Amino acid sequence: MRRVVLVVLLAFAALLLYGMARLPERGSPTAPPNTPESAVGTPNAASYYVEQAYADAETPNMVTVTLADYRGFDTLGETTVIFAAGIACVLILRRSRE
Amino acid sequence: MRQYYDDRIVALSARLVTPFIQLFALYVIFHGHYSPGGGFQGGAMLAASFLLIRLSIGTEAAQLQFRRSWGTPGSSIGTLVYLGTGLVALFAGASYLDYAGLPLGLPEPELRNLGILFVELGVAVAVTATLTAIYDDLVGERPAAHHAGLEDAATETEEADQVAEPADGAADG
Repeated sequence: MRRVVLVVLLAFAALLLYGMARLPERGSPTAPPNTPESAVGTPNAASYYVEQAYADAETPNMVTVTLADYRGFDTLGETTVIFAAGIACVLILRRSRE
Repeated sequence: MRQYYDDRIVALSARLVTPFIQLFALYVIFHGHYSPGGGFQGGAMLAASFLLIRLSIGTEAAQLQFRRSWGTPGSSIGTLVYLGTGLVALFAGASYLDYAGLPLGLPEPELRNLGILFVELGVAVAVTATLTAIYDDLVGERPAAHHAGLEDAATETEEADQVAEPADGAADG
């Protein structure tokens, strides 16, 4: 049984490595996410962010612009998750009310 | 967790290090526009400085710095600052969370810059207060040193627990 598991895992690792070897170079301008247009001809968001982040928000750190402005809803969700975690801890762990 | 040892070396080094951690945390929060960082990272560091004092000197003395009762309101206020920034933009006529609609009378890029700052501040407050509140709730309401015997404390808190939980639910619902 262990041998079967080992073979399956190794085959899976080989599959993953084969897939990784075919990936485009990291940060390559010709990689599909970095091109201005996607393979089907629709505009890509990433290149817009890189080009327009400073013009839109006068903020040199484009990660911050993406996180808080372009993707504001996502960050709002993250904050809500942290808030919910805190509330859950209060409800479960707090011993008495002051 | 139940007992604090009065160790001067630990207490002094924690007190020495804490202001620098807090200063760097504020730097990470406010410099998030120009360098890696932002509300989440800076808030976590600020909470770490509060927890360092709580761990080294004790929860009682740490109340001078960040009160136990500030935890839940703080996380609510932080989340509300974020939500409120979006709502102000919404009521001013723009889309939700579109900071260009904030009614401050500045050019659009500066408005977005300011909106990002407000949002990051809200995140920082929420993260700081939530992490500190989680630690406080894990440790418990009162240190055992205030009770004559541990058994009395255990029965007391159990009784309080049964009373408190439905009240919590009712208040939230």
